[in-house]
Amino acid sequence: MQAIYEKFSEENINKLKKVINQLKDTDGSLIAVMNEAQEIFGYLPIEVQQFISEEMNVPLTEIFGIATFYSRFTLKPSGKYKIGVCLGTACYVKGSAMVLDKLKEKLGISVGDVTGDGKFSLEATRCLGACGLAPVMMINGEVFGRLTPDDVEDILKKFD
Amino acid sequence: MDKVRITIDGIPAEVPANYTVLQAAKYANIEIPTLCYLEEINEIGACRLCVVEIKGVRNLQASCVYPVSDGMEIYTNTPRVREARRSNLELILSAHDRSCLTCVRSGNCELQDLSRKFGIDEIRFMGENIKYQKDESSPSIVRDPNKCVLCRRCVATCNNVQNVFAIGMVNRGFKTIVAPSFGRGLNESPCISCGQCIEACPVGAIYEKDHTKMVYDALLDEKKYVVVQTAPAVRVALGEEFGMPYGSIVTGKMVSALKRLGFDKVFDTDFAADLTIIEEGNELLKRLNEGGKLPMITSCSPGWINYCERYYPEFIDNLSTCKSPHMMMGAIIKSYFAEKEGIDPKDIFVVSIMPCTAKKYEIDRPQMIVDGMKDVDAVLTTRELARMIKQSGIDFVNLPDSEYDNPLGESSGAGVIFGATGGVMEAALRTVADIVEGKDIENFEYEEVRGLEGIKEAKIDIGGKEIKIAVANGTGNAKKLLDKIKNGEAEYHFIEVMGCPGGCIMGGGQPIHNPNEKDLVRKSRLKAIYEADKDLPIRKSHKNPMITKLYEEFLISPLGEKSHHLLHTTYSKKDLYPMND
Repeated sequence: MQAIYEKFSEENINKLKKVINQLKDTDGSLIAVMNEAQEIFGYLPIEVQQFISEEMNVPLTEIFGIATFYSRFTLKPSGKYKIGVCLGTACYVKGSAMVLDKLKEKLGISVGDVTGDGKFSLEATRCLGACGLAPVMMINGEVFGRLTPDDVEDILKKFD
Repeated sequence: MDKVRITIDGIPAEVPANYTVLQAAKYANIEIPTLCYLEEINEIGACRLCVVEIKGVRNLQASCVYPVSDGMEIYTNTPRVREARRSNLELILSAHDRSCLTCVRSGNCELQDLSRKFGIDEIRFMGENIKYQKDESSPSIVRDPNKCVLCRRCVATCNNVQNVFAIGMVNRGFKTIVAPSFGRGLNESPCISCGQCIEACPVGAIYEKDHTKMVYDALLDEKKYVVVQTAPAVRVALGEEFGMPYGSIVTGKMVSALKRLGFDKVFDTDFAADLTIIEEGNELLKRLNEGGKLPMITSCSPGWINYCERYYPEFIDNLSTCKSPHMMMGAIIKSYFAEKEGIDPKDIFVVSIMPCTAKKYEIDRPQMIVDGMKDVDAVLTTRELARMIKQSGIDFVNLPDSEYDNPLGESSGAGVIFGATGGVMEAALRTVADIVEGKDIENFEYEEVRGLEGIKEAKIDIGGKEIKIAVANGTGNAKKLLDKIKNGEAEYHFIEVMGCPGGCIMGGGQPIHNPNEKDLVRKSRLKAIYEADKDLPIRKSHKNPMITKLYEEFLISPLGEKSHHLLHTTYSKKDLYPMND
């Protein structure tokens, strides 16, 4: 349990504690707790999962199993700017894979990773519901549509 | 129990209402193939090999989880069922590393059997497979995810039976594997090395760390004096590897085989079990009389010790300080025996034949090192010994019997029953009662501690004093017992814990059988252990003349200075997740 204190602020840990205390006795609340934990810390590192395991008396293997099963959960911290490229059917047909490739090339990372400076993280997502604008990507909630690989560089510059 | 009427493949049957279709089929003598199914442990309908057709139900149903109901019509052998099972098996095979020729489970593999039974001659679904690294980080157990069929039997055993939670399902879909959390090896998980996952595995995805090469090398090394010892539970199981009936007692053949393999001396761990009883019995009396920490808990099972150090460190002071019998034996071989024979203990290589995988871990415990030497140098499971015997062209079944070598080959019936749950307790009671009452008590069979129940409790009268005892087998049951003590719901003086359900006879190093046979295997081996006890002229540890001699010539007195140095050890709290970086 000590490990979490070395890595994260007491304030955030107390937030998580509060969530756990609220949900602890409700059946099937583990995923809700994990979701809240990810909201608080941005991701689910081993220290956080161990903390949940001990506080909720659930084996780490179960928590880790859930964390790796649902694509919603991530074990890696995301960057300051979270890029999500839609690989849904419409975007894919319109060439979003090429946009993604360009992003990988420009950022020098692969899907699921973060740039060395912690600035950008890259995800491939399911349909974002903006098929009319296909192909699309989202950066921290802002949608960019009708993309071509050539747009990538300029968009990234905006976040410098 | 309410009954329901069903027909299965046209055969009418009346079965208990709480039966599954699979159970009903078994009752009607109809065989349904299974792979992921492990009775009462893993009933999840995952592999889809047990599918059946049920009249009025559109889709095929997994019989292992589908309950029967009155009037149900079940069909287990229609073309649709056969084709579905076949496709499902082919899909499993398509993602399986099919290097059967070089697999440790070749010839004893449920997947291989199913493939043969289904007459699979080609696999229609071929695609790219992910190649995984083997996990060889544990000193006792190797995981090979390439062989894994994701049946989850090991996971269910580790979690639900043993309550260890070392492994779980990781990732999703095609990338799913069984593994410890965070991509770590077993050595960085709560794994206690009990090996029950190996016994549960239908294929070669989990197996013991091989020590046979090490042993062959030692046998070839002219400078090495190679001594072997055999645990009580091995003699009632080894024969199974050679097609002999479950529970055959093969002590004499085993000794002959070991001599033919070239060991310089063949000793009996049962002798050291007797020695353990002398030390542990006296330790118990000392704790009882001098107000030591109670309850005292036995320490023969390294799987249990690992569990205690990880999950119940608050009970470490309750553990007997006695080393497990084979470690005591190793220490005595490298001191008393070496001195007697004029051999430099550094030239002695001690091999233990064990029903156990945790013993492979135990021999490297730093607390076990005496005078810079390991007590035991290699541990072979019952399965590994069988492999060596087969490789050496020894016709095991037709071997004549041989006797153990002396001075460390003599043992009592008390030493033999160490192999079964309740055995260490009974052996200790046989001796402690005699010591306290100062006579040779005739009624020394303690039926109340025998049998396969998970937790056994009794009150025993010893010299007018009531001793409260408990016996737990399987770490899951140990957990229940310890929680009771922690919550103040129970109080005991003396507790025996064996890490594996059933005790050493069902250890993680024992011959592996189809899980449907497990109950029969367990009962047969148990019966054999108590038969072997009855067959011996001496049945109490302190009556073993070689033990008396050992104390006279060498150890002087139980719990004495030499004993402390050679036969006792310490324990320490361990992290559940000892991250090495």
